Amino acid sequence: MADEEAIEISDLRKSYGDVEAVRGVSLRVRRGEIFAFLGPNGAGKTTTVEILEGFRRRSGGEVRVLGVDPEHGDRDWRARLGIVLQEGRAQPELTVRETLELWQAFYPSPRPVDETIGLVGLEEKADDRVARLSGGQRRRLDVGLALIGDPDLVFLDEPTTGFDPVARRAAWVVIGGLRDLGKTVFLTTHYLDEAQELADRVAIIKDGVIVAEGPPEQLVGASQTTEITFVAPAGADLRDLAGNEPFELEHGLVRIRSERPTRTLAAICGRAAERGLELERLQVIRPSLEDIYLELVQEAPVP
Amino acid sequence: MNGGRFLVVVRSNLKVFVRNPAALFFTAILPVVFLVLFVSIFGNERSKEFGVKVATLQVPAFIALAVVSASFVSLAIGLTSVREDGILKRVRATPVAPWIVFAGRIVTAIVTAVIVTAILTGIGALAFGVAVPTHTLPGLMLALVLGATSFCALGIAYTRLIPSEEAAPAMTNAVVLPLYFISGVFVPTDQLHNLPGFLRFLADALPVKPFVDALLKAFNPHTIGAGIAGNDLAILAAWGVIGLVLAVRFFVWTPRHQAG
Repeated sequence: MADEEAIEISDLRKSYGDVEAVRGVSLRVRRGEIFAFLGPNGAGKTTTVEILEGFRRRSGGEVRVLGVDPEHGDRDWRARLGIVLQEGRAQPELTVRETLELWQAFYPSPRPVDETIGLVGLEEKADDRVARLSGGQRRRLDVGLALIGDPDLVFLDEPTTGFDPVARRAAWVVIGGLRDLGKTVFLTTHYLDEAQELADRVAIIKDGVIVAEGPPEQLVGASQTTEITFVAPAGADLRDLAGNEPFELEHGLVRIRSERPTRTLAAICGRAAERGLELERLQVIRPSLEDIYLELVQEAPVP
Repeated sequence: MNGGRFLVVVRSNLKVFVRNPAALFFTAILPVVFLVLFVSIFGNERSKEFGVKVATLQVPAFIALAVVSASFVSLAIGLTSVREDGILKRVRATPVAPWIVFAGRIVTAIVTAVIVTAILTGIGALAFGVAVPTHTLPGLMLALVLGATSFCALGIAYTRLIPSEEAAPAMTNAVVLPLYFISGVFVPTDQLHNLPGFLRFLADALPVKPFVDALLKAFNPHTIGAGIAGNDLAILAAWGVIGLVLAVRFFVWTPRHQAG
């Protein structure tokens, strides 16, 4: 079935005048997966998403969203999409329920309003006007508006920006729930923990080019380096303690990067025990997606 | 989209309208205040030219003001606001047909126009002895529907020139307030003789004065027949078509502040 891919992009390009914002991006998003699209501001993230949503025209390459070229997306196609924009707002004079009732009228076979309110956890605010909602509640209404048409594919552009930690966790539950409904989710975010928590696969875009792509654990696993850190013991000879390993000392914290952490750790601990030293705040840290991301985006610009 | 869904759109617009204090004040309350003040200050003498009371001139004049508020002003400001908030961009991404969005606004303006007309006519009749149009009701309704529709079309088109939500009220009032003065709203129609030639030409060519005159014909008890002011309504309709063509051609759905 040609429809197995929710999104297919090959060699997508977009220029603004002389500036090429997207320089040959190729991606595939499978049906039913949560795909996170990461990258620093100005990397081409929003441009790519808006081309997928049909808001912008591309300069080159091929794009298929639910099997349709977004530049020729008709009403049947739009009925299958749910979109949460970066700056989503709703009419402040209407209540949550009234807003969803209005948007429901825009779709051919919508999801019931009460069910949608439940999905985004706004039951207690259903009859409050939008003007009285908190930022997090408004964003949840935004997600509700993206779901009211019962779409197959949902675009979420930075859905939790500006949330407090509790609201972010609540939003994650909602977004994770979309997977259970069988929806495909295309998520852009600044928060690496968000991608790590939610996404089946991630792609990192930098300077208009994809610099990494794969499941989060695979991206993290690709990096062999593990960090060992501990507080430098008072009066100890750090060079002696670290053996042959190169180390950094920062604010009294010793940091050793090792590709064979078991051996390195055993040697250091052995020497510390022999010398009667206690390694306070000893930690062995596997790199997080955030570390990988920072490593990638802080490297030299992609030529 | 079936009729029931269209009704949801209109009902939502009406709710937004009545819950928006500024829109409600300028459309429903201010015209009533103007009417009462105007007749109190200038008296309710009989106009020599028209042979009707001042209030009979001013009820249609302030109905015109209310309808222009509910259509041109309300849409120019309201659509700019929802455009800049990204709401229109999002509506554009749904399967709804664009004409539904605009038709919903126009029907809302017509409903509002009929309600404020009833209020102003009622006050005019009870307080100032204005004759309620009966045999001229077809002319009155036609003028209201055509007026609200044409001024909506112009308001939709005008949003193309408005760069931001902050600029909308000033840019909109800069257009309508001078027109009210030369079109027989703030200055009674029978006092416009001193108007310089070019201003008179402007007033006759632009849509506010034809609208006032069409309403006045329906309210003038000396009018014979159904009160349909053919020439005035033709000018009004022509402006509606101009507005519609410009709106279809140039309307922008995405926020101007993030254009690019």
